[in-house]
Amino acid sequence: MLSAPDVPVTVIRPAGRTGMPDFRELWRARDLALILAWRDVKVRYKQSLIGIAWAVLQPLLTMVVFTLIFGKFAQLPAQGLPYPVFSMLNLVPWTFLAAMFTLTAGCVLSNRMLVQKVHFPLLILPLACFLVPLIDFTFSFVVGLGITAHYDVAIQSTIVYMPLFLLMLAMTAIGLGSFLAVINVRYRDVPYVVPFLVQLWLFASGVIYAAQALPERYIDIASLNPAVGGITGFRWAVVGTPAPSHTMLALGWSSAIVIFVSGLWFYRRAEPRFADTL
Amino acid sequence: MTTVVADGLSKRYRIGEYKAGYETLRDTLSHNVRRALRLEHVDHSLEEIWALEDVSFTVDEGEVVGFIGRNGAGKSTLLKILTRITPPTRGTASIRGRVGSILEVGTGFHPELTGRENTFLNGAILGMKRREIKAKFDEIVEFSGIGKFIDTPVKRYSSGMYVRLAFAVAAHLDPEVLIIDEVLAVGDYEFQQRCMGRIEDISGSGRTVLFVSHDMQAITRLCNRAYWLHHGHVAADGPAEDVVARYLQDASGAASEVVFEPDRAPGTDDVRLSGARVVDVNGETVSTVDVREPVGVEIRFEVLRDTGPLFPKIKLANDRGEVVFNAFDTTDRWRTSPEPGTYTCTAWIPPNLLNEGVIGIDVTVASLGAPTLHNHINVPSMIRFHVTDPGLGDSAKGLFTGQLRGGVRPLLDWTTEYDPAQGYETAYRTTGSSVSSDVS
Repeated sequence: MLSAPDVPVTVIRPAGRTGMPDFRELWRARDLALILAWRDVKVRYKQSLIGIAWAVLQPLLTMVVFTLIFGKFAQLPAQGLPYPVFSMLNLVPWTFLAAMFTLTAGCVLSNRMLVQKVHFPLLILPLACFLVPLIDFTFSFVVGLGITAHYDVAIQSTIVYMPLFLLMLAMTAIGLGSFLAVINVRYRDVPYVVPFLVQLWLFASGVIYAAQALPERYIDIASLNPAVGGITGFRWAVVGTPAPSHTMLALGWSSAIVIFVSGLWFYRRAEPRFADTL
Repeated sequence: MTTVVADGLSKRYRIGEYKAGYETLRDTLSHNVRRALRLEHVDHSLEEIWALEDVSFTVDEGEVVGFIGRNGAGKSTLLKILTRITPPTRGTASIRGRVGSILEVGTGFHPELTGRENTFLNGAILGMKRREIKAKFDEIVEFSGIGKFIDTPVKRYSSGMYVRLAFAVAAHLDPEVLIIDEVLAVGDYEFQQRCMGRIEDISGSGRTVLFVSHDMQAITRLCNRAYWLHHGHVAADGPAEDVVARYLQDASGAASEVVFEPDRAPGTDDVRLSGARVVDVNGETVSTVDVREPVGVEIRFEVLRDTGPLFPKIKLANDRGEVVFNAFDTTDRWRTSPEPGTYTCTAWIPPNLLNEGVIGIDVTVASLGAPTLHNHINVPSMIRFHVTDPGLGDSAKGLFTGQLRGGVRPLLDWTTEYDPAQGYETAYRTTGSSVSSDVS
């Protein structure tokens, strides 16, 4: 009864089975996604000095501590690199991953005023979490390259592959973050658990040590964590340390894709209840 | 042509979900562990309420339709379903054309961002394209009257500026169907008039508007038709004036007198409430009161045994839920413990005090438990009545025909001094010199 060719018709019905997301609607909401991402950037860099400094200081200070403890004191091997370069090149992608994961995990809660007051494709909330960590990453990456050059370590032309490993880390962060975002809506004590999870994850991700130095039989299991392949690959791309094996890459990519798709699926399934539960 | 069709819309909430809002993982875990260990008997029958049940309606293109009803009648739930913020539990609806909704003024405004940045942010949130906002930007700033402050972070705005900018953005939405919730409840009178004007413009240009409000004047002014929601159902629909009249009659009619059966009376072992009613000067129960007449609130309660001092108390609130005033009997009679027996107390509200509209009364029997009031009995919204103004010019409204805002509307004594000898210049100079002499 309500049909005419060129007029859009909105149909409202009970939340049924979770189908494919409406990609057309998602595409139409790209302006909003970009504006939300851009809002987070603006707010973060509003006091520009502190904003940028924080992005750089976080990995930098951690690098100093790691160098003192793991480099000087424990004398962990660093694939022939000076430990500060080794740990900085691990911490830069790691911080990117951890920041994006934390941001995504809180994305529904921090936008609850929107969720309760306007309709928009809620999938854009986790997807809009890429920008702030990416910009932070850019600054800390430049500093990381500076440190690398300072220690006379050559930067390789394979650096053009670096974005691929960044993508792998981003998919993992957004996928896992989306799981947490849903649980966050329902259980309000979860935000306190997130930093702890991040810390555990760091030890499992080859940030302090080179993943390839693990005992042979553990490497495959460790590679199921996409952070392992991502960080190893990132280091390889930038300074040419041993490349991740094909197995490590295959396992890492498969699990990154599984995490990304299933995380967003889980999110989408829970999405209709957000406004009622918040 | 039909623009909106709603067919059997229903929404169920589980009470737990509804009340607590959220839970903690710790509680759920410990709860499940205890249940597994059978330390706790768990009743699984979660109570459910239907916030909306089987609501159907149609709206034609260009119609302005109002939705009225008390708090909790399902209006907000209906809006949330129509704007797709939450899905219905049952039923379907379809809306033809681009839908814009304003459920709140300034949704998503961020205090750290400037007026300009917030305009783009809010516009995008309301569903405008970036291009569209850019094209309308100057118009929006003009309408808001923010001027050069557009590049100041909104955290430095006064609340008035904030609301004006926020409404300006919303007012430039250009959808075919506009859904508005209680927008007029914010801002000052002038601002509200502008909102109303804007909504009239929008509806005048042939677009469809669905409008929820507690403000009956706004509903009758703006809407052709209205739906009255009551306990999640459509209680009435039809021309806006008729539906509003029926709603107000219901709100003030049957409920202006309540008498409790002795075994159902609320109270304690010491004191029991028997009833309450609204009376006129002749002692007749009335549901509608002329604003120029005094009105009495009569409370009857029984003291069963020695209780210590207590006294009757009433609280009046208007249809917007705003408290008009609290009052209790402060006479000496209540300084000592009342003898057992039945007490009938009447509080007389002077003429020309209350504002027009529906007044709900909380009836209380209280005592002074320093430093607070202690309620022995309290029945919220027990009785209601309707204050009207025939508009003959002898009330506080004079010949003004609109609605004066505020909980009360007293007829004040005004005095004026007039001196024809002094013009503006002399008056100013006199004041000026007296100020400077004060300073020196």
